[in-house]
This record gives sequence, structure tokens and C-alpha cells, in this order.
Amino acid sequence: MQEIHLSKEELARYSRHIIIPEFNIEGQKKLKAAKVLVIGTGGLGSPMLLYLAAAGVGTIGIVDFDVVDDSNLQRQVLYSVKDVGRPKVEAAKERILGLNPHINVIAYNEHLSSKNALDIFKDYDVVADGTDNFPTRYLVNDACVLTGIPNVYASIFRFDGQVSVFNYNNGPNYRDLYPEPPPPGLVPSCAEGGVLGVLPGIIGSLQANEVIKVITGIGETLSGRLFAFDALNFSTKIFKIGKDKSNPLTGENATIKELIDYQQFCGIVPEQKQEGLKEITVQELKQKFDSKEDFQLIDVREKHEYDFVNLGGELIPLNTVLDNVNKFSRDKPVVVHCKGGVRSAKAIQALEEKGFTNLYNLKGGIVAYAKEVDESLPVY
Amino acid sequence: MAQLIIPTPLRKYTENAATFNTDSITIEQAIEELTTEYPDVKQHLLDGSGKIRSFIKVFVGEEDIRSLAGEQTELKDSDVVSIVPAIAGGTYDLLLTTHD
Repeated sequence: MQEIHLSKEELARYSRHIIIPEFNIEGQKKLKAAKVLVIGTGGLGSPMLLYLAAAGVGTIGIVDFDVVDDSNLQRQVLYSVKDVGRPKVEAAKERILGLNPHINVIAYNEHLSSKNALDIFKDYDVVADGTDNFPTRYLVNDACVLTGIPNVYASIFRFDGQVSVFNYNNGPNYRDLYPEPPPPGLVPSCAEGGVLGVLPGIIGSLQANEVIKVITGIGETLSGRLFAFDALNFSTKIFKIGKDKSNPLTGENATIKELIDYQQFCGIVPEQKQEGLKEITVQELKQKFDSKEDFQLIDVREKHEYDFVNLGGELIPLNTVLDNVNKFSRDKPVVVHCKGGVRSAKAIQALEEKGFTNLYNLKGGIVAYAKEVDESLPVY
Repeated sequence: MAQLIIPTPLRKYTENAATFNTDSITIEQAIEELTTEYPDVKQHLLDGSGKIRSFIKVFVGEEDIRSLAGEQTELKDSDVVSIVPAIAGGTYDLLLTTHD
């Protein structure tokens, strides 16, 4: 290994590490020599990147394709108001280099996919998974196993957080814990999702701690164990994770030898325009309002979304639509909307099977209406 | 009496109950008792053939029931049974950004 040298400025900066006997200058040199790839620069990536940069990880790669949005600022503490609209990796790189100019930051402003993952991963020693969806979770896991890189994992949902270390020192991987993702439709939709803003701060910091332990070799990592935190009642638990003989990646009869189609694996089919679905645009809806046309407007979101912002439609949440069929008019046009147009299309599909022919889906939902017609409405 | 810990994503199907006490002898019976009390939770916990879904882990104490006797794992009085579903992220949902 190349001799790592710490400058006078670096020694001063990292002195609080260096004076810890278990850590000392050797630990600091290991951090400087390390290359860590952080997937996702959102809620988890924010504290993780700040702490890894501050701690002096020599090379940090960051992967994200998104741009900073107002709704990110509730928890993504890397960003400021002035960053809204900027690519996240660009803003993140600037922020962490501002914190520590002694490190090297490589930004990948792209979607992590089966096409680019192995190529990006091969240059790193540790991957830290802070993504927000199942296909990318399995992609990161499989790419780490195929390239032999430890995967420091963390995940959050509402008040719950999980942390573990996968594929480290011959330990288990994510597929040993969860062989398959939930099928679409069985779990709460995004509208019912959400996350307490401080939770990724807690969990992402624990994740950074595990990254540092993997790099320096100090302490005992969460390899083979799952840490679970419930912020509501402050319960913390650690569960044991064993290897699964039927793991398709590392089990006895492993079948996965290369990256697969993770969207398909997670049961997600590309969004297709529903056959015969009648749509209206937000501008056409405004015309209907303006001309006081006789039509019915139905909102199939959840009540808490309706309370946040609405267009004055009748609230019939998607999962109650079939119990309220008689509330839908059959003798005048009915415009059905949700947040972005997916749930309303599902509602229309279900109702058309009951013989309705007068239903119109609002293209882009209330978000499109707020952006294109009435900017005074808040979006979420 | 053993105690089942209901994870927050499933509490909407258990009238917000966070725990469920049971005198059942096995995990299978305890889950049957839970799903009888709260029928809505059943499809989220069990697949069509009545097995615990593969994205849900059940632990007795800190042990995965897979390393014990699976759904036939016997429960002792003081056991705490944790039901731990896979979670993916906070920005959107348990699923994916393609959902609205």
C-alpha cells in the first residue's frame, strides 16, 4: 500500500481522532487511504457524507440523479435554500469540500443501474447504501457481493430505522435477511409514507459509524446483526442474521452470477398508458371551473393529503372507491384526481369494470395543477 | 404470556396496537391468533398459502425463527416476538418512486 502521509494541517484537524488510543494515527491514515461510495444523497446520505468528510475519508464517491427540492430540506441537512433546483451531487460535493478540502470527492450525477453499477463500484473499498427504494437496495447488494465489497446498509421508514453491515468478512448479505421485496400494492403507498426528519440524522450517523469501523477495523461491526430503532417509543433492538442456504446469490445453489433487472425483480412494470383511459389536462380542468361547467370532481387521495391541499373535490380515498360506487355520477362528466395521476387511473380502471364510461383522469394530478395553473397551492 | 411487537407500518391494521399478548404455544398459532383478532393484518403478514411473507422477518428475542424451528418455534412465557418488515426508504414509500 502506498505510504499515507498526513500534513501538519491534517494532523491538527484530526487530532481528536489521533489522541484516541484505539484509533490513533494508524486509524486516521486508514481513513485517508479509504475510498467510500455513498449511494443516495438524501436523508441518510446527508449526515453520512458530512461525518465521513469531516472524519477524513480520503476519497468519497457520491451517486444520485436527483435535484434538490424544497421538500428535501426537512431532513436533508446537506442542502440550503440556495441549492434548490441544483443537482444533488453537485451541491453535496461543494458542501463537503467546503467542510474538508483535504479529501477527494467524485460525483456521479446518474441513476445507479445494472449497466453502470459494477463499473462504478470496482474503484471503491466500501459502499454505503442510503437509497430509498427496493430495486436499488437489491442492486447495491448484488453488485457488492459480485465485486466483493462490504455494504454498509441503512434504511428508514416513518419512525423506524435499520442498520447492518453486509458482505463483510464472509458475513451475510441483504438477501439472507430479506430474500424478496414486498410486491407492489401490498405495502402503503408513498402518500401514506413519510419520515420523521430527524430519523435519517440518527440512522445515517450510525451508518457513518459503521463505515468508519469497517475501514479502520476497530470495534465490532454490525456484520451478522440487524440494528432496529423505533423512534416513537425509543426501542432499540439487535437481531442476529444468519446465512440462508437458499440465497440465490451466495447460497448452495446460487443462480445469480451477474446483475439482473431489478425493477422486474421487484415486480415493477414500466408505467404504461392505460388502454382507453380518458384524460384531461390541468388547463382543461381550469376551463371547466371557469365556465362553471356541470361536472363532478373526485379526489382519491388520503384525508391527510386532502387536508394539506385540495381542489374542492369530493374525497373518496382509493381503497374506499369500490364501497362508494354510488357516489360517482353516471350522468355527467366525472374528473378523478390524486397527487400525480396513478391512483386516480387505478380508481377509473376499477370503476370502468363496473360500467362507468364518463370518467376522466386528471393528468399529472393536483401537483400538475399547482405547478401549471395555481401556483398559490402548496405541493408535497 | 409471550408478547408480539407489531411494526409501525402494520399498526394501521391492528387498530394502532403496538403489542399483542398471546398464550399460544407456537409462532404459527400466535400469528393465527393475531390475524383472527385483526383480520386486516393477515394479507400483509401471510402469503396465499399461509406462510409468513419473505419480506417479513420474525425474531424470538434476537434469534431469527428460521434458525429455530420456523413457524413451529415454541414460545415461552417471557418471550418477545418481533415482526420486522423490510423497509426501503423515507422519501417515497416502501415501494418505489414510480408510485404516485
